[in-house]
This record gives sequence, structure tokens and C-alpha cells, in this order.
Amino acid sequence: MAVSAEAETPTSSGPPTDRGVTLDVHDLRMRYGSTDVLTGVSFRARRGEVLALLGPNGAGKTTTIEILEGFRMRSGGRVEVLGIDPARGDERWRSRLGVVLQSWRDHSRWRVRELLAHLGSYYAPYSTERTSRPWHIDELIQVVGLTEHADKKVGQLSGGQRRRVDVAIGIVGRPEVLFLDEPTAGFDPAARREFHDLVHRLTDIDDTTILLTTHDLDEAEKLADRILILAGGRIIASGSADELSRRISADAEVRWSQGGARFVHSTADATGFVRELFAQHGEDIADLEVRRASLEDTYMTLVRDHESGRADGATRAFEEVAR
Amino acid sequence: MSPLVVAARAGLSRGRIELRQSFTNAETLWGYLFPTVVLLVVMFFLRGAKVPGTEFSLGAQTLPSTLGMTVAFGGLVTMASILTVEREDGTLLRAKATPNGMFGYLISKITLVSGMTLVSVALLLVPGLFLFDVFALDSIGAWLTLAWVMLVGMVATMPVGAVFGSLLSNPRNMGLIMLPMMGLIATSGIFYPITAMPGWLQAVAQVFPIYWLGLGMRSALLPEAMAAVELGESWRHLETLLVLGGWAVAGLVLAPVVLRRMARRESGSSVAARREKAMQRVT
Repeated sequence: MAVSAEAETPTSSGPPTDRGVTLDVHDLRMRYGSTDVLTGVSFRARRGEVLALLGPNGAGKTTTIEILEGFRMRSGGRVEVLGIDPARGDERWRSRLGVVLQSWRDHSRWRVRELLAHLGSYYAPYSTERTSRPWHIDELIQVVGLTEHADKKVGQLSGGQRRRVDVAIGIVGRPEVLFLDEPTAGFDPAARREFHDLVHRLTDIDDTTILLTTHDLDEAEKLADRILILAGGRIIASGSADELSRRISADAEVRWSQGGARFVHSTADATGFVRELFAQHGEDIADLEVRRASLEDTYMTLVRDHESGRADGATRAFEEVAR
Repeated sequence: MSPLVVAARAGLSRGRIELRQSFTNAETLWGYLFPTVVLLVVMFFLRGAKVPGTEFSLGAQTLPSTLGMTVAFGGLVTMASILTVEREDGTLLRAKATPNGMFGYLISKITLVSGMTLVSVALLLVPGLFLFDVFALDSIGAWLTLAWVMLVGMVATMPVGAVFGSLLSNPRNMGLIMLPMMGLIATSGIFYPITAMPGWLQAVAQVFPIYWLGLGMRSALLPEAMAAVELGESWRHLETLLVLGGWAVAGLVLAPVVLRRMARRESGSSVAARREKAMQRVT
């Protein structure tokens, strides 16, 4: 078990005492036939938090999110979404969730406003004093930036516009928890940026917990309060992008030349080492270079190794630097 | 209002919206008009031919039979194909992600297929009434017979169609339903009296709803005397009700189980996997 992930997980396995906890996953396991996809995933999320589940393809991100959505049965472990086991979630529970699905060709003959009004109508009986459901449709269309296209058919929209419709469908019931699985897969950079702006707007408006999966570190960094790195069926590191960077780049590489020869040294205290270096050799030192391994470097190594089948080694290395 | 009532209303309105869309879409318009035109042309050319042993126009006898066939086709084939298409394109998964969405979805499909069937029946019946002036649709009784045969026929075929639609893995396998359908239509006395078939084929045809829907429609539209050329020289209303009722009961028992099983398996990754597969076929 990764040290950093352990730190996120309370030792008690009883029901959550903290009322702000919306996602509570403990030792989640999933096995297809003889293949273990998830081997003990644990994490928690609080109201209003944005979590990114980051990992290479095949790391188990989609499996995890589908178990939380209640679309897939788990093999073991304890999962609670809004205090309820997704395997036994009823329609009232479902009304408090938002799921942003990948679209393809569905509802292409429907007009945007018509579709949102239709899907929204299912949520009306689940209004509470705190949350009026569904979202006012024209307001929602404005939030996702589709006002000009409200009367167009879904099939006539561009890829980026269609994605906004998907997001609008996901949030039409004013969810307390929103799931986004690979929200920007297949996006061009401009569409990706627009989508990020949209997610930021959402978290500003409602106190929604968002769990998104991505294999793009940059995206996780931009969107999430906390990043969970999933590899080999478990969470090998978690924290904010800053925390992860600091933890992972603890070691810096110092390169210099001295009397025509080149030297490389790895150290946790680069500043101290360089000060010492100059104190001893002074003018002899040339070509000095101090380089910290960035989060991205380390993550890319992990992904590369994972895809070439050396996942365990890379995972261990990652844990070592993360310690 | 209870959430289920809300979902039922949403389903009805969804069915209405999709029915309206079916009139503005080239593909579905073709689906309405093409068979209608073909059938009317066939009947036109058969108008001079006589039903064996009578002076009655074979074309006129074919019209009510094809109405029955249309009802069966809507319930079995249209329902099944809508389900497979909408499972593949992710519509069903959206319904699943919505509270009571699957219930609303089902109501909408019943509304839509019923509406499409009614439209198709009217498209055949109205020109048919002008083409032949031999129909006995001048009594309330005849209209009532037409109504109950259609209603029972839809209840008998739609759940079975939904079961087929749930079992097919993708829309390109619709041939698995279409081929036996064509065989059944050929042997169910739709275009030619069933009495001309060998005995064992007659027995097989009478197990399935198509024959009975054709017979029921003939009983509504044709003069009483035409019963004489049917099997048993009767319209056999009781038997029609029993066989169609049997299919209805079987379908209504089976459909919820099969539909639930299908819905349970829907997830983002299953839709994505089907998309991959479909894309490979496209390119």
C-alpha cells in the first residue's frame, strides 16, 4: 500500500462520521475472471472538492468511476456515494448524481433545449428545500455557453458543442456529485480549454463534488484540488499538484564540469550541495546545471513503463520518490 | 406528484416528440412510404385476380392482411431495431443515468411504436378504401373489431420485439429477425390464402401472431361471406384472442426480465466498446 494513499485513508472502516464526506471508498477491489483490475483503492472526497483520477490507459480509472456510478458491480471493498452503497442505490440516490457520458450519436434529432427540458423533467419530484431541481433550462444553457445553439439539433453541433450538451445533461438535475469519465478525450486544445473553463464555472456555482478521470496530467493539474494517481490497480500517490511535485521532485540532479571532466550528482539538498561545491572548488566549477525532476517527468516514466509491462518496477520507484 | 407518474408523463412526451421527429426525417419517412407504395401497387395489380373459389378480388383481400402484417412488423421489427440502435448509440445509457429514466424510456418506446404503427396502418387503409369499394367498414362493429385486433396485436408483439431487441448484440444483426419474419409472412396467408399451403406449414403459421393479425383484420374489413374461405370456415375470434393473448402474456412475463438484464449491463465502457466495433465496420 502506498504511503501517501494510506495517509488519505482513515484507519477506521466504519461509517463516515464526517458529514461533508460525499465519496468514501475503502479497499475497493475488482477482478475480471483471473485478472485483478483494482487491488485495493481507497480515497475520500468532501463536498465541493474536485478529484482527478489520473493514470495510464488500463489502470482501472473507468472501472472505478463506473462502480461509483452504480453501473458496475464490484468484487470487494466498501464504497459509499452520498452515504449509500452504489450497488443498492435507488432512484432518489440517482437523482442526486450527475454522470457525464461520452456521447456518440444519441439524440441527434433532438433540439438542445427540448432534450435538456425532457431529461430535466425527471428530476422535478426530487427537489429539496436546499436544491431546486431541475436547473432552470435557459439558465443552464447559458452556463454551458449554448444559448446561440439552443434550438439547433444535437446532430448539427460541433464536437465541442456536443460535449457541452453532455455536461449540461450531467448537471441538469443539480447533482451533489458529478462524475466525468475522460471528459476531453478527442478534444483539440481550444475545445479542451473551453471545457476546463466550464468545469471551473460549475464548481463556483454549486458545491458539487466532482470526480473525473483523465490520462492527461496537465488536465488533472488544471482542474483538480487533489490528484489520485492510479496504476497497477491501486492509488500510488495522491495530493494536490503542488504537493505531488514537491514530494516527487525531492531529488534534484546537479551537473557540472571541472577541469574538462563532467560530473553528475543526485541530492535532496541541491542548494546546500552547490554551496559546498563552490566553497571547495570555487572558480574551477563550470557548466553548472541543477534540474528537478518534474511531476510530469516522473509521471511520464511511470506511464511508459506501465505500457511496456514493467509497471511494478516503475510503481515502486514512484513510491520511493513519493515517500 | 409521484416520481413514477412524472417519469410516465416524460415518457409520453418523449414518445410524442420522437413520433413528430419521424415525420421530418428522411430515413423514417422512407420507412413509412416505401412499403406503403409497394403494397398498394401489388394490391392494384392483384385487383383483377380472384380469391380461389370466389368472385372476390384477391387484391381487396390482401389489404386487410397487410394491415395485420404492419401491426406485427411494428411491434416485432421496429421495436427491436429501435432498441438495438439506441443501445448502441448510448440513448439507453442516458436513460439509465436519469432517475426513473428507464421506465420513462419504455413508456416512450411504446408510445412511439404504437404511433408509428397507427400511421402506417392509416397510410395503407385510407388509399385502400378508395382503391376497393368492397370493404364492410360501415358498421361500428367492424371498427371495434379493427380496434381490438390492433390493440391486442400490439400488446402481443411489442414485448416480444423488445425481448429480441435486448438479445441482439448490435443493429447489424437485425437480419436474424428479418429473415424468419419474411418466412412467416410468406406462410401466414398475407399475400395468398393460407389454405393453399401444405398442412404442416398451416400448423406452423398458426403458432405465430402474424397469421392471426391478418385474419383478425380480414374479419373486420371483409364481408361476412368471406369467412367461408378461411381455415375452419370461420373468423375464429376466440382463437385469435387466445393465441395473441398467449403471446402477450409470454412477452409481458419475459420482457421485464430480459430488459432488466440488458439494462444492468449498460455502462460507459460497454457503449464505448460497441462504438469501437461499429467504427471498425464503418471504416
